[in-house]
This record gives sequence, C-alpha cells and structure tokens, in this order.
Amino acid sequence: MKAWLPLLLRLALVVLLVAFVTSPGWFEPLLKPLTENNAPVIYNQGSLLTLTLLHLRIVLIATVAATIVAVALAILVTRPAGAEFLPLSRSLVNIGQTFPPVAVLALAVPAVGFGEKPTLIALFLYGLLPIFENALTGLTTLPANVVEAARGAGMTGWQRLTKVELPLSAPIILGGIRLSVVISLATATIGSTVAAKTLGEVIIAGLLSNNLAFILQGGLIVAALAVLIYDGLSAIERYAARRMGREAE
Amino acid sequence: MPDGPTGEGVNIRFDKLGVVIAAIAAYAAFLAPFATFRANRIVPGQARSILEALPATAGPLLMAIVIVAALIALFRTPLMLRLAASVVALAALALLVGVAGTFLTPAGNTFARVSPASGFWILVFAFTLLLADVLTRLSLSPRDRVAVLVAAAVAIGLLLVSGAWNDLSILKEYANRADSFWAEGSKHVTLALGSLLAAVVVGLPLGILCHRVQRLRAGVLNVLNIIQTIPSIALFGLLIAPLGWVATHVPGAAALGIRGIGTAPAFVALFLYSLLPVVANTVVGLAGVPRAANDAARGMGMTDRQRLFGVEFPLAFPVILTGIRIVLVQNIGLATIAALIGGGGFGVFVFQGVGQTAMDLVLLGAVPTVALAFAAAIILDAVIEMTATKRRVETA
Repeated sequence: MKAWLPLLLRLALVVLLVAFVTSPGWFEPLLKPLTENNAPVIYNQGSLLTLTLLHLRIVLIATVAATIVAVALAILVTRPAGAEFLPLSRSLVNIGQTFPPVAVLALAVPAVGFGEKPTLIALFLYGLLPIFENALTGLTTLPANVVEAARGAGMTGWQRLTKVELPLSAPIILGGIRLSVVISLATATIGSTVAAKTLGEVIIAGLLSNNLAFILQGGLIVAALAVLIYDGLSAIERYAARRMGREAE
Repeated sequence: MPDGPTGEGVNIRFDKLGVVIAAIAAYAAFLAPFATFRANRIVPGQARSILEALPATAGPLLMAIVIVAALIALFRTPLMLRLAASVVALAALALLVGVAGTFLTPAGNTFARVSPASGFWILVFAFTLLLADVLTRLSLSPRDRVAVLVAAAVAIGLLLVSGAWNDLSILKEYANRADSFWAEGSKHVTLALGSLLAAVVVGLPLGILCHRVQRLRAGVLNVLNIIQTIPSIALFGLLIAPLGWVATHVPGAAALGIRGIGTAPAFVALFLYSLLPVVANTVVGLAGVPRAANDAARGMGMTDRQRLFGVEFPLAFPVILTGIRIVLVQNIGLATIAALIGGGGFGVFVFQGVGQTAMDLVLLGAVPTVALAFAAAIILDAVIEMTATKRRVETA
C-alpha cells in the first residue's frame, strides 16, 4: 500500500493543478475568506492558464538554451584543446553564482528593454551555472578504466564523447538541469517586475492591491509546478543512472 | 626559445584565452561606445567613443594602454607581466571613465548625465577575465585571495572618496540619496546577516537532531525542500497576513517591530529559505564523519555530548560552513526582493529605477548588492578552505 501512496499524491496534485488553472472559479469559495472589501478572488486581468503556459514557455526556452550552451562549454573545456580554459571556467562559475537574479534582471533591461527578453536573459545566465558545473563534474569524474577501454577499442574522440562520456555523465547533467529548472521557475516570477508575462504578474498584482488570494494562487501554482517538475526529472535521472550503473546524486 | 611577445618569427605563440580577450577588447575599444551622454536622467543617450569621450591626450593614452594590454594577453607572456597588464588596464579604465564624466558634462549643468556605456563594461569584463585567469593560475592561498579582495576594495574606496567619479550619473543618483543609501544598505545587511544568524541558531540543533533521529530526517528535509520551491515574492507576500495577525493579537509583538508589511515578513522569509542549506549541510557533514573517529571517541569513554562537540562537530565544520556560505550569498541577493513588501534594502533603488526607467538608479542598488555577495563568497570560501586544510593537517 505504501508503494503507490506517493504516486497517488502526485496524481492528485496534477489533477488539482490542472483543475485550478483551467477553471479557477471552482475554487473561489476556498479563497474567498482571504480577500477583503469584496475584492476579486480569482486573478481577473488575464487567464491563469495562459499565464501558466507563458511561464512554462519562458522557463523551457531558457533551460534548453542554457543546457545546449553549458554542455557544449563543458565538453570544450574537458577536451585537450580547451584544457587551458578549465581552471578559469571553474572560477567564472563561482563568480557568476554570486550575482543575484534581481540584479541580472534589472541590468538586462537597459540592453534589451522591458518584457520577456530581460527575463529570458536572466533565466538563461542563471540556468547556465548549475548545468555547467554538473556537466563538468560528470565529464571529469568518469571511471578511468571505461575511458581507457574505449580508447583501446579504437574509438575516435567523437565516438568516445557521444557513445561513452556523454551517456555516462547523463544522470549528473540531468541533475544540473533539474536544479536549473527549479531555480528558473521561481526566478521567472521576478521577471514580472520588468513586465514579463509570467505567474509573477498574479503575485505582484496581489502585493500591490493587498489581495492575499492573488498572492496565494500565484505562489501555489508555481510551487506545485516546481514540485512536479522536480519529481519528474528526478525519476528520469534515476532511470538514466540505473541504465548507466552510476549512482544519481 | 624566447618566451616574450616578440619571439622571433615562427616562434610566436598565442595564448588561447588571450585570443578571446583580445578580440573582445578590440570590439569594445573600436566599435562599442565608451560613454553615454544624456541631457537629463531619463532621455535616451548619445553614444561617445573613447576618443570622443576623453580629452585630447587621455583618449589616445587609454587606446594605447588597451592595445598594449590586449597584445600582452594575446601572446604567451610571463604571468607577472599579464598580471601587471590587467591591473594597469583596469586602473586606467577606472580613472579615465571619471575623466570622461567631467569632460562630457557641460560646466555648471546639473541635469546632464554621463554614464559608462557598453564599451567600458566590455573592456572591464575583458581585463577582469585576464586578471581572474592570472589569479587562478597563480593558485593563491586563501589568505592572499582575501588580501587581493581588500586591496581592490581599498582602491575602489579611494576612487569614491577622491571624487574622481563624482561626475558619473550613478554617483549623482547617490548624491541625491546619500542618507537613504546608507539606511537601506544597513537594512539590507541586517536582513541578510540577521536571518542567517537565526537560521544557524535554529538550523544547527535541528540538523543534529535529524542526524541522530533517522525517522525525522526525511520529513524535515522534505518540508524544507518544498519551502524552497515557493517563489520568493510569493513567500514574502504570504507572510504579510500571519505577521499582521500576530502584531495585532499578541501583546508586545508590535512593540518589537513585528508588522504585517516591512522588515518582519522579509526577515521570516529569508530565515525560512536559509534553513534548508544549514540543516541539510549539518546532516551531510555529520554523516560524513569517519566511523573510526566516532569509534575511537567512544572507546576513550567520551559521552555523547563530548563526542558531538569534541569530535563530530569539528570534523563536520567545513561542510556546515559551506551551507552557511550558500545561505549568505543567497540572502544578500534575495534581500533585494524585500523592497517589494516595504522591507527596505538595496532593492528599493533597483525597483524605483525600474519603475522610473532610470538605469543609473538600478545600478545604485544592484552594484552594491553584487559587490557584497561577491565579497561574502570570496571571504567565506577562504575561511572554508582554511578550516578544511587545518582539519586535514590535524587529523593526518
């Protein structure tokens, strides 16, 4: 009985989330006590479903771009030709992580203007770091005997990379992507301070009009998305790790 | 074979990173604007190149310095020469951007704004990259890294005090808000450090408890993990109601400064975010204590308490410190969001600036935040490395 309980909980969360973003009206009585002076209970300046999809789209685009760039960079600095860049890239990642997301967001505005673009840039830059770090860990901690065996079998550098090194590092790289997605989901809400269309809009509208129901619905949708996506990616990671015989982090 | 930049004919060798740095610097020096001039603080600016933005002698001088430094970076040159080139180039940029401010501002005009433009920032980036590469290759000891940080801070402090940058727009924004700048700054630091302190006071015992009581561990860590997924602006907002209730219903709470909006919800939110890294790292640190050390301590007849404070805790300390480093850097960044709920901090300037599309005001909030987070990371990394090597020497 215990084995299917977590699965059931997740399914319930998915159903609840879908029900909430598609017909938020059903939940009005639940949130009603949180509002004062007959303020609207459900966000009324746009559909929650559209905002949720836009939110997910921004995170998806930023994460895909960040994954491609971060993995490519990690591959580059772990090849003999790029080895010179390895120590520097490590320090850059350390430095980069000290930049607060709000600062990145605000500083991107003068370069690209308000709206989705600064948010995409901030999410991309912020998402790079965990993926790059994990890809680096994955590619530099490969079991030496496997790499040697691949070389002994006469594989070219490209074959070793695509058939041995990348598949073996996949679980660790996926771990980085998972971290990056969860950070991005939360950071995207801050994007609404520079007029990006995300669920942050709902929260900020709540903050401005002192409407707790708005803050709660925006926050809970993002949190539920994060928990579900985190869970899903963890499952994929465990599957990849089992296939590769490596322990996921 | 001569190792210098002028190695004869075929012996010239390029530095791979140097090629990148030289390319970036060349673009920034020749194609990108060095400074932006605006008739007042919110109109669109006009770009000025290095030669246009600086007086007749200073412009070509800066060009020459940039070109020489880029050439030193381009070829394989001794580390010390590269270090000197990056420091000289950065110092020249820092000094001359102030000169550009004075040169471009018409005398007596208090509305005009001059700010560093993309070319300046890209040049700073390129030579910081060179400096970072040299410092990484020198593999400095933790103490030396902190010394470099202090030297950089003193240099920037001197430039600020000397008034060399007074004609730059970010300092004009500062001059208009000098009092509130320091007030918000101290609020920012109090928020970040205070919530860290509270998280350590609560998180350490909680982590020790989780380490000792297996059943508690998964539950506590799961709850803390879920708190991390709540977006910061929502968590800040959600705490307004309960704290407002406490302020009106618990006698004495309001007198302590607990209110629905303002610093209190920001403090509690930062505290909640800080708990996970502290608790999780305490658990991981304690779990990593070698069994042999624990067995030896038990064999010596140490009590549980003696073992905790005499053996386990010191051995786990570097890992716990890593958690504290994560929290501090994260808190300094997150404290900017407190401004959205009236909690103060440097975020006040960031969000005001975004609202007024006055980017210099954004910088006034963002630059100190980044500097604080950066300094905190370097100092704590150095401390972690020092404690970790000390333990290793002691246990070896």
